[in-house]
Amino acid sequence: MAIQILMPALSPTMEEGTLAKWLVKEGDTVQSGDIMAEIETDKATMEFEAVDEGVIGKILIAEGTEGVKVNTAIATLLEDGEDASAAEVAPVASAQSAEPAPTAPAKAAAPVSEAPPMEDVPEGTTFKKQTVREAIRDGMSEEMRASDDVFLMGEEVAEYQGAYKISQGMLDEFGPRRVIDTPITEHGFAGIAVGASFAGLRPIVEFMTFNFAMQAIDQILNSAAKTLYMSGGQMGAPMVFRGPNGAAARVGAQHSQDYASWYAQIPGLKVVMPHTAADYKGLMKSAIRDPNPVIFLENEILYGTSGDVPELDDFTVPIGKAKIARVGDDVTIVSFGIGMKYALEAADALASEGISAEVVDLRSLRPMDTETVIKSVQKTNRCVTVEEGYPVCSIGSQISSVLMQQAFDYLDAPVINCTGKDVPMPYAANLERHALITTAEVIDAVKSVTYR
Amino acid sequence: MATAKKAKTPNVSAEELMTHYREMLMIRRFEEKAGQLYGMGLIGGFCHLYIGQEAVVVGLEAAAKEGDQRVTSYRDHGHMLACGMDPKGVMAELTGREGGYSKGKGGSMHMFSKEKNFYGGHGIVAAQVPLGAGLAFANKYRGNDNVSFAYFGDGAANQGQVYETFNMASLWQLPCIFVIENNQYAMGTSLQRGSSTPELYTRGAAFGIPGEAVDGMDVLAVKEAGERAVAHCRDGKGPYILEMKTYRYRGHSMSDPAKYRTREEVQKMKAERDPIDHIRDMLVSGKHSTEDELKAIDKEVKKIVSEAADFASESPEPALSELYTDIYA
Repeated sequence: MAIQILMPALSPTMEEGTLAKWLVKEGDTVQSGDIMAEIETDKATMEFEAVDEGVIGKILIAEGTEGVKVNTAIATLLEDGEDASAAEVAPVASAQSAEPAPTAPAKAAAPVSEAPPMEDVPEGTTFKKQTVREAIRDGMSEEMRASDDVFLMGEEVAEYQGAYKISQGMLDEFGPRRVIDTPITEHGFAGIAVGASFAGLRPIVEFMTFNFAMQAIDQILNSAAKTLYMSGGQMGAPMVFRGPNGAAARVGAQHSQDYASWYAQIPGLKVVMPHTAADYKGLMKSAIRDPNPVIFLENEILYGTSGDVPELDDFTVPIGKAKIARVGDDVTIVSFGIGMKYALEAADALASEGISAEVVDLRSLRPMDTETVIKSVQKTNRCVTVEEGYPVCSIGSQISSVLMQQAFDYLDAPVINCTGKDVPMPYAANLERHALITTAEVIDAVKSVTYR
Repeated sequence: MATAKKAKTPNVSAEELMTHYREMLMIRRFEEKAGQLYGMGLIGGFCHLYIGQEAVVVGLEAAAKEGDQRVTSYRDHGHMLACGMDPKGVMAELTGREGGYSKGKGGSMHMFSKEKNFYGGHGIVAAQVPLGAGLAFANKYRGNDNVSFAYFGDGAANQGQVYETFNMASLWQLPCIFVIENNQYAMGTSLQRGSSTPELYTRGAAFGIPGEAVDGMDVLAVKEAGERAVAHCRDGKGPYILEMKTYRYRGHSMSDPAKYRTREEVQKMKAERDPIDHIRDMLVSGKHSTEDELKAIDKEVKKIVSEAADFASESPEPALSELYTDIYA
């Protein structure tokens, strides 16, 4: 029986890709290890090798096809003695295990369906669709064009074009003086960047993930965050630490942690964690211009999502300002970063059940715009917080505390914090799904605070 | 100290010797006064004195030029005085007063002067090493010919970030002089007990960074080595390591009883290797100066230090409103 060749998953978060090029044709004999095709993911173009030997029977997906889902049959491979007709009768069932792994709630790279952030732009502004990935790069590039003091350093940012392709094209435009590949030494290069910022440069430090920034956290806290204070205002660290934060998909405990509440606790740091492409760009530009060290928490799953980005010469989003992402009356859902995905999905689902949820996107965690949260709660009298991080000392617990102190009389129900579970991230797909926050949990929480 | 290089036959002017003498004496007297004020309860927390190591900073500052930067550990008072910071502002920071360099908010270990290109005063052992390389990075990025001095101790020399920094400083040819002030004790742990290899100046060999051991008790030897290192860095040849063989007379901090070494060891150092006595002897035996002239300098230095102590005692504590300033720019 002919073997089906399936579209491979080539990264932890890949769900689909482009079959860029076939390097074999029907009737070709292939050996194990031969390169059969080039497949483009959102991060890179990868070569796809044969694992079995045989003759290419039928090519099922033409080259140039975009959006080919992982595990789709893309060709058939004939074994000894088979002829091409065998391909016709080959079953088309998925080669997945008995229970097809359902997509984890956060994994779909669906476009973010959210109203453009009109509050941040003048009337009549036009928008263009951009991915979060492009928005971050454009934000950095615009600021690097504006000031020679700004430079980017990190692992694989230059020649590799970014481990997550964020800095694609930047080496070509700015050269190796300003787009700097570092060895794998987070503590060291973070310290060098802080030193350069003391001297007045404006470094952007990319951590391949914030999990690796743990190696550098001493320099971030003790050197970058505290020097302005310790020097009586003489010198500080005008710089940005950025990179993906939180869970990607199936990368296990050491690569899946949300550090939002860690950094949000530190005086001297500013912390942002945007959700939409526009906010990524606008906040990136503000972060680079800010005279303080800014922790810019990105999310790998959001990199490929698209949104409307204002077509303005100089679009910025202020640090420390939340926005109302969806207007509602019955409950306030407060979230930020990837948490916004669950919040908005829940709000959609709740609307069909007659519950009107207002969704506040914090965008910045330090300083935190609690005023916008309080105002919303004064209207809805109920609040649910949503985040991916651990429950203990979470951003949600901070918001609960603020609401208790400043809006106690407006609350008609206890605040519920929806968070990731209090466990290291498991690898098994089913366990990981349960460790993360789910939209269903947000819906349940809202029903609980609205007594439905 | 056998391997450390001595200065060649000194070919220095009487004026230069006098300057070195005065600057080292200033640090010595300042630190003695700080010790006194600590005993009186005017200085709190940790206070790490530099007594015994004066020749290192004075010699290296003599090799530096305008615009060069320096960064060091928490044993930082000597570095600040040597680069020209006002003793009053330094002492008032030690007492935590408004007139201190950091308005009293930094303390002994955390002091800075943008004006004098002094970038701290860092309390985390070895954190200043990548910071110093970062200052050098900025020099190279801007295309100027300034160099940075990153001072750290023999204890810090075993920290991982030092080697991360060595690698990048060499890879990127950063104009950074790594000054290892080997005073032989990392707090209470002697070099022999804490370092697998005692020759710290060779620690850059794996990264292609040249290094040399220097007699850190001889200000002229220090200056001479400093000039070599500075020339190397200014020429764009990358970083350089200077291991200064030196000795601290006092404990690690004020609260250290220093039981890890004998009194005799300390006494021997003071008697035979004191950097200030050494220069004083040269001045007198070479007839470059008279006892009277030196006494006049002693008196002048004492006066400056005593005025600094008065200022530091009289300067008011910072206003309570300062609690919430300088957190964000």
